[in-house]
Amino acid sequence: MWKLLQIELYKIFNRPRTYIAFGAITALIAVIQLGLKADGEAYVDFIMSGLKDTFDFEGKILNGYLVCYVILQLLLVHVPLLISLIAADIISGEANMGTLRLLLTKPVSKTSFMLAKFFAASIYTFVLLLWIAVLALALSIFLFGTDDLIIQKTSYVVQITENDVFWRYVGAFCFAFLAMLTVTAVGFFLSIFAENSIGPIVATMSIIIVFTILSTMTIPVFQKIQPYLFTTHMVSWKEFFDEKVNDQNEVVKGSIQDPQKIIDSALILVLHIVILVFAGIFVFRKKDVLS
Amino acid sequence: MKKLIVLSLLICCFLFDGIAQDESTLINKVKAKIEQVNDYIAEGNLKTDVSFIKAPAGKIKVWFKKPDKFRLTREKGISILPKGGVSINLRSVFAENNVALGAGESVIGSVQTKIVKLLPTDENSDIVLSTIYIDTSELLVRKVITTTKENGTYEINLYYGKYSNYALPDKVVFSFNTSDYKLPKGITLEFDELEKPADLNKLKNKKGKVEIAYTSYIINKGVADGVFK
Amino acid sequence: MHDIIKVTSLGKRFRDITAVDELSFTVNEGDVYGFLGQNGAGKSTTIRMLLTLIKPTHGHIEIFGLNLQSHRIEILKQVGAIIEKPDLYKYLSAYENLRLFAKLSGIKFLQKQLMRQLEMVGLQGREHDKVKTFSQGMKQRLGIAVSLVHDPKLIILDEPTNGLDPQGIADMRNLILHLSREMKKTIFVSSHLLNEIEHVATRVLIIDKGKKVIEGSSEELFDPSNTIVEIDSTNNFECLQLLQQSQWQQYLQPQRGHSVLLKMNRNQLPQLNKWLVENNVAVISFQPRHTLEDFFLQVTSGKQYVEAFTN
Repeated sequence: MWKLLQIELYKIFNRPRTYIAFGAITALIAVIQLGLKADGEAYVDFIMSGLKDTFDFEGKILNGYLVCYVILQLLLVHVPLLISLIAADIISGEANMGTLRLLLTKPVSKTSFMLAKFFAASIYTFVLLLWIAVLALALSIFLFGTDDLIIQKTSYVVQITENDVFWRYVGAFCFAFLAMLTVTAVGFFLSIFAENSIGPIVATMSIIIVFTILSTMTIPVFQKIQPYLFTTHMVSWKEFFDEKVNDQNEVVKGSIQDPQKIIDSALILVLHIVILVFAGIFVFRKKDVLS
Repeated sequence: MKKLIVLSLLICCFLFDGIAQDESTLINKVKAKIEQVNDYIAEGNLKTDVSFIKAPAGKIKVWFKKPDKFRLTREKGISILPKGGVSINLRSVFAENNVALGAGESVIGSVQTKIVKLLPTDENSDIVLSTIYIDTSELLVRKVITTTKENGTYEINLYYGKYSNYALPDKVVFSFNTSDYKLPKGITLEFDELEKPADLNKLKNKKGKVEIAYTSYIINKGVADGVFK
Repeated sequence: MHDIIKVTSLGKRFRDITAVDELSFTVNEGDVYGFLGQNGAGKSTTIRMLLTLIKPTHGHIEIFGLNLQSHRIEILKQVGAIIEKPDLYKYLSAYENLRLFAKLSGIKFLQKQLMRQLEMVGLQGREHDKVKTFSQGMKQRLGIAVSLVHDPKLIILDEPTNGLDPQGIADMRNLILHLSREMKKTIFVSSHLLNEIEHVATRVLIIDKGKKVIEGSSEELFDPSNTIVEIDSTNNFECLQLLQQSQWQQYLQPQRGHSVLLKMNRNQLPQLNKWLVENNVAVISFQPRHTLEDFFLQVTSGKQYVEAFTN
């Protein structure tokens, strides 16, 4: 299995298409950081306008932690689309190239083959998120410094002490990895059914877009199905950035408002991943290779 | 019967006269005590207690220089303070040309205080009315309720300890009404149950508080003007 | 002699279409087994079933005496295959592709060995070029290197000469002969280039509409007494007239094109050749045409199509 994984990673990271996502993310993050560096105060004034009318803020609101949060909010909606470029191509791309039939005439079990493919795609997802972490967090800290993180939730504001932020980002990125892994699993599953990458890529993107819309809309009939959609749970990384308060409404440092929500969402995502991967392997084992 | 009526009227006049009595003398005495302090550097803890803000307590440093230079910074991190509220210190209340009118007495904690209403004579003043509760035995202001044109109404409660001789409080609590404040709207893509309008109204009707607990003062040792830039 | 491949009652249905129907055959050790059929006859489907790319609907396959379904990995360690035109990773070089598949085959190898393999198939000097710069023939040769990298006992070739030029086809034929005669490999090859199969195959099976039509050794199927010879000379008309007035007249066949055709026993060909020289016929080419094509068209449904086009 390790040998198969090495081969799959070798193929992924030697393929030019792999680097499209890295390039796109680098460009996106650079643009956001440049924009905020040039005009960040105006942006902060805009987003804090409701509060700045009535409160005085002393300190560096626009700091690396806030910039990273802004980037993640924007990016983690779009990164799934970039992940699907690789994940949804993982089997269909081989079929399209004609290499699938050659690979499967080698002495490797189909299950090992599929698992190696999924793990390779997972590692790609991990590396992509690591790259986002380096650019969005490390580089933002370098450019904008650090201070407390002030975040606006739906109806309240959370201020997280500077030295209480970093571990939350570690947690958030770990959770984001799980969320992106779910996207990988969706692409991986759909990839089995086509001999051309375009179909599964578009299908994966469409599912994400449609499910995200369903997850967002507060229509009663949609709200019944929202708990079952993986896109509803993908945004639970934000729960790392909410704190408990004591009876005096004072923040309890190091706390998370609703840790159970993170756990529940993580479990649901893991369930999605497991079901999709095993279903994919099951279907692939039964499928005839006609490409 | 007639005698009773005249006596009552006389008493009422006296009372009215008492209520409307000019308390300038008392105010001047309090002012004089406050004026002892030319400058100070204070350290303390700040806690913001607003229903829709989850903020941590934090260490602060305060600089003051006569007549009205005031600066508060959080040692580390971001401070969230009601606009204009915290910098309204007693001097700014007393700095204005005011008409000081007695308005009775009140007990705050276990301390008997005199209520004085200060009406600024300057029509352009931001302060509309200040109601001050003065501990006459120690010439200390225990409470101030200030109504401003721009920033609504604040209530400031002052608690004294070892620095009472300088009229410098150990703890100051600023209270304000959150009904005037807009609740923040976040573009958060959160799919939680949004709070229902009833809950939102509950939030709006609460009071917000900022508490500063001073741990030390360095008094009249000089403060550079550059600090306030 | 051991059975390398034993297929019993193999069948495959795709929804309403029966691609392979009750196919049974045996490939012996050392055979070059020709698997012939029209396009759509079921050749590729059968080969894909042998390589576990497709699951049979029914039937049984044994390779090296082992059940294919239950000993798949063990069997595939000893099998090398090219299925249609070999597609490799265009963004990798020839060497990188070969190394990748060598690793996948589970063998230990040195760089030297792989370079030698590439040299053997005529790709020396192109080892580090990306496959996307290769011609079809070069890709085919690389595909052969990939199928042989782990020194398999059984080689399965599905239409190996597809897209090759005449030199490529000749090279492929020589390679098959070399693998069979020098390296003692068993080879299972499908093709529709009948004369190429005839040159190399020791046994042949003809499949039509998914069913076996005939199976046997080359000697059994290619009757030497029915050899067609095609003569082209500087003056075919004069040549024809000469033959019509000779003892060879009985063997003359209806003309196709400008060449002269005779059907006779293979053993008489030297005599005919000699007679032509003695009678001063300036022969440009003297080509024995095999009867396999006619035989093939006879036994498959191809004949009706030929007749429809030619009549």
